[in-house]
Amino acid sequence: MPAYSHTVGTTTYRFADLKALLAKAAPLRAGDVLAGIAAHSAEERVAAQMAVADLPLKTFLNEAVVSYEQDDITRLIIDGHDAKAFAPIAHLTVGDLRNWLLGYEVQADTLTAIAPGLTPEMVAAVSKIMRIQDMVLVASKARVVTRFRNTLGLPGRLANRLQPNHPTDDMQGIAASILDGLLYGCGDAVIGINPATDNLAQVIKLNHLLANVIEKYAIPTQSCILTHVSTTMQAMQQGAPVDLVFQSIGGTEATNRSFGVTTAMLAEADAMARSLKRSTVIDAAASNVMYFETGQGSALSANAHHGVDQQTIEARAYGLARRFAPLLVNSVVGFIGPEYLNGREIIRAGIEDHFCGKLLGLPMGVDVCYTNHADADQDDMDTLLTLLGNAGVNYIMGVPGADDIMLNYQSTSFHDALYLRQLLGLKPAPEFAAWLESMGILSMDNQLLPAPAGHRLLGLMEP
Amino acid sequence: MASTPIRPDPWQSLAALTAARIGLGRAGGSVPTQPQLAFQLAHARARDAVLQDLDVDALNAQLTGAGFESLRLASAAKDRATFIARPDLGRILDDASRQQLETRAQSAPFDCAVVIADGLSARAVLAHAVPLLTELCARLAPSEWRLAPVAIVRQGRVAIGDEVGVLLPARMTVLLIGERPGLSSPDSLGIYLTHDPLPGRSNAERNCLSNIRPPEGLSYAVAAHKLAYLMHEARRRQLSGVELKEDAPPLQLMGSAAAGMARLSD
Repeated sequence: MPAYSHTVGTTTYRFADLKALLAKAAPLRAGDVLAGIAAHSAEERVAAQMAVADLPLKTFLNEAVVSYEQDDITRLIIDGHDAKAFAPIAHLTVGDLRNWLLGYEVQADTLTAIAPGLTPEMVAAVSKIMRIQDMVLVASKARVVTRFRNTLGLPGRLANRLQPNHPTDDMQGIAASILDGLLYGCGDAVIGINPATDNLAQVIKLNHLLANVIEKYAIPTQSCILTHVSTTMQAMQQGAPVDLVFQSIGGTEATNRSFGVTTAMLAEADAMARSLKRSTVIDAAASNVMYFETGQGSALSANAHHGVDQQTIEARAYGLARRFAPLLVNSVVGFIGPEYLNGREIIRAGIEDHFCGKLLGLPMGVDVCYTNHADADQDDMDTLLTLLGNAGVNYIMGVPGADDIMLNYQSTSFHDALYLRQLLGLKPAPEFAAWLESMGILSMDNQLLPAPAGHRLLGLMEP
Repeated sequence: MASTPIRPDPWQSLAALTAARIGLGRAGGSVPTQPQLAFQLAHARARDAVLQDLDVDALNAQLTGAGFESLRLASAAKDRATFIARPDLGRILDDASRQQLETRAQSAPFDCAVVIADGLSARAVLAHAVPLLTELCARLAPSEWRLAPVAIVRQGRVAIGDEVGVLLPARMTVLLIGERPGLSSPDSLGIYLTHDPLPGRSNAERNCLSNIRPPEGLSYAVAAHKLAYLMHEARRRQLSGVELKEDAPPLQLMGSAAAGMARLSD
């Protein structure tokens, strides 16, 4: 193992290997402290960042943070690396990459072109020497467009996942929240339910509920029941109308094992969902059908981090995600809990995740959220939300009143989506925006119209 | 209409169908003042619930009143701040508690250790633990089930039940713990059943009942019924966890819905 070092004044800081260097360079994160891998002092952290800045990008092709033999995500990253896409930046150091990304010349097409040449570790490394404004600016230049029944990720658009969860999966309760969200102009990214149980019959019932709503009102959006991939595959085998396959993923093979997931399972589910051809994209088999959720700290909770800092592990999860060209990926940034103690860490982590995902070519959304044992509040969420809007986030969550009564955490509300769209002049996905106008929900100038007492969407509540 | 600052939602009556915050109305596109402040109040209560210390004397008095013998233990996390910042310390006993259990350890294991840990809501434990235990004991034949004295653990997380179970010793552990408060549920109790408790057990080796919080959540009677069923099955099949799930009657199983993410900071 090569060792790394950096001298500041009279002190020379040494780092045993690449993963130790990256961990010491990571902005302070409670989870890294818990794992015992964080920098011991503020000066050591900056020394590590200076050492990271000097690293040639090629270093990351020669030294893995989790061993190639031990971990299938490492193998996916190394074996799937696109040397041709990497060529234009192959001569750069991490510090150079930051400057290059910030350059006026680098725009969306350049970023799209180099994405397959970047590894998750390169992207994580450069994020560690970037400030929030750097990451917001660079991410705002990236463009990742995906399609199922509408087009997500276009410039000037902000989509929203309608999340109508209910603690007992009560159909009327769920329908009432869907209605609320649609009448607030939300639901273009997906209407996605976290079910209260993994019970297959229940999952299938929920699939039908969503398919019926979407069909009855010809809503240009897609549905998803966020259950384990194996349950979704069983549902598809039983003929359930599955649009998107959901799965939580992590950045090491061992993390995914703790989730009961393998790369092969994901590939099987992906192929199965494509074969249903439920997308309206002309070549339905080529549409995006996967929905992944991630979050810094999951590897630590699963005791599967191999001494790698949580932000680098998170970027590796994106390395797995991009193999499947998903429709949606979002970090559930403030959900894990003890790994983030405060709003400040959640804000930085949310910006990092969005930046890293976008640079790797993923259609990133962010679940701007916190739990009640985190020292965070609505002001922190507003800050992160506003930053992400400026960074060009593809979508955010839409939970009635920001209070998820099933998962017991706070996310963003329908009103939050309206706020961000109004503030930044963003519109829903074009097909969905046209539908909202045709339903008399949204005006041409992007404002909600007064809903009449007898709005026909209220028919959604009829059995 | 320009004179009305708030636009109410004509579907407001649907709010009766769900506890979700629907039909809030809007000021422009934003949340009107009243629901905004109602949210702030709910968050304040949830935060207070997380930070509140368990009143061990009050819980002990409840247990005594209901006819339970009890032990007072504590985790290695010395206060609430440490407990929240250091999940690892909340999973192990402090030295004094360990010694207390070692001193009184018996050779014949109990059939079941009952552990009450404050977890993330002391309020939940004070409100629901003893009524639930009373319902449970009504469903367990005393000739078949020899229960250990109830262990009250301050600043405890789920895995601390393993250490208590080993030291008593006991063949299985039933741990009652305050769940992470939701905005509208600051007092929700969770139950974890672990057969053959050993340090290092994963959550996949436990069965969980969640959201015990009458009248809105699961009732004591239903929770006790399900728990007694799981205890009998765990004893019969000599296991707990995911393999027990399939045979059980419909349960409010935690974790699945969290889509692989840890919902409790265990």
